[in-house]
Amino acid sequence: MTGTTNGVQAQPAERPEAIAVRDLRKSFGSHEVLKGVSMRACEGDVVAIIGGSGSGKSTMLRCINFLETPSGGEITIGGERVEMRPDGSPASRRQIERLRQSLGMVFQSFNLWTHKTVLENLIEVPVHVLKVPRAEAEARARKLLDRVGLAEKEGAYPAFLSGGQQQRAAIARALCMEPRAMLFDEPTSALDPELVGEVLAVIRALADEGRTMILVTHEMKFAREVASHVIYLFNGQIEEEGPPERLFGAPRSERLKQFLKSVA
Amino acid sequence: MSTLELLALQPPGWGGNLLRGLANSIQIAVGAYGLGLAIGTAGAYGKIYGGPVLRDLLEVYTTVVRAVPELILILILYFGLTDLVNQILVEMGRDRIQISGVIAGIAVLGVVQGAYSTEVLRGAILAVPHGQIEAARAMGMPAGMLARRITLPLMLGNAIPGLANLWLIATKDTALLAVVGFSELTLETRQAAGTTKAYFTFFMAAGAIYLAITLLSQWGFARAERWARRGEPAVAAGAR
Repeated sequence: MTGTTNGVQAQPAERPEAIAVRDLRKSFGSHEVLKGVSMRACEGDVVAIIGGSGSGKSTMLRCINFLETPSGGEITIGGERVEMRPDGSPASRRQIERLRQSLGMVFQSFNLWTHKTVLENLIEVPVHVLKVPRAEAEARARKLLDRVGLAEKEGAYPAFLSGGQQQRAAIARALCMEPRAMLFDEPTSALDPELVGEVLAVIRALADEGRTMILVTHEMKFAREVASHVIYLFNGQIEEEGPPERLFGAPRSERLKQFLKSVA
Repeated sequence: MSTLELLALQPPGWGGNLLRGLANSIQIAVGAYGLGLAIGTAGAYGKIYGGPVLRDLLEVYTTVVRAVPELILILILYFGLTDLVNQILVEMGRDRIQISGVIAGIAVLGVVQGAYSTEVLRGAILAVPHGQIEAARAMGMPAGMLARRITLPLMLGNAIPGLANLWLIATKDTALLAVVGFSELTLETRQAAGTTKAYFTFFMAAGAIYLAITLLSQWGFARAERWARRGEPAVAAGAR
């Protein structure tokens, strides 16, 4: 894997770059949701994006794999720059599809395919898109299900699982593609409070094994524990960012202080 | 002649004619339904994802076809189209052709079915939870595969009640083709009844055959719907 150094803060023994976002803008009609945000994640980094409702944090995450079409800016994944037209829309559908296959996305509402069993959900993309032999994909899927504690649920349909189980299955589904990085869009926001812990435990284990992750979350305590870098978004701009100890321990901006007080 | 003799499969009984009519009816219904589903799927996708021009054209198609009585459409398409095709052929110095009743029947009823199934399928596709489509997109699944493996299977449960209606309508709409002299079940029945003057017997027999088709179809569609909804908890079991 090769990573561009971008010439920014080139440190000794720098890890390869996984995801870089530069001056990202996004408007819905006349409403500008992202007003030029930049971010950089090297392999093994866990970047947490926090902020209030409407701050643009989910939009920022969704722009990375083009579920939202940016209005401008630049996105680089694994050193490969996404070709964009002047209006920000992707120039090559093929390239987008290929890059998306290297990003495991986990949604707030799980979004498992309800007409497929848990195991079928996991192997769907590996078998049919990535052309992994079925037996190999199934072996990989069973190992992942075992890891997230769902070994005995492989034949169940998603609707028969609890929210926490569905979200763990969804994480396993994303991992089954063997992605370069994981994107989490408020993965615990739709869960009953007693089910949040089991999902966070799975995400924490992924962070501990050095997976690259970008995490939009409302769980401040969790972000503080697992993140290597935290970005606080306010009104479509990065208000403050830094290592979690500093950002949570000694916030500088008044808005962040207020925000942290309001969610505490 | 007794009722049984009238309905006997061998002449002088008329049962064989009725069954031939039934076979023709089913052939047309299956063909038209299949064509209608193909048009409907393309039409539904066109209406949802197509550009403004395509959407407008499809709107005209579904509006016109659903506005005009099917009998008139059949007459227009059958006689009008045959005439048009032949005029063109004559202009080109070729011989006139006779369009086969089966092909014409399938084409005409298929175009009608297509308009209705466009709307049935459009509704069913729009009812698919968007997140599940987005999940497939987020994993890099190409659009065609996404339709085939995710959207269409997911919408099937929503679509089957409407599609079952369309199938039952298709089986009975074949009777309209009697006006262009196509010997389907209804026309065969009328001929048998007219010749033997046993009206009650033959129309009751035809009615029973249509009823049998319906019962068999309902059983098939019920099974298909159960399969399509295999991932959904039963409503009676307390879900939602």
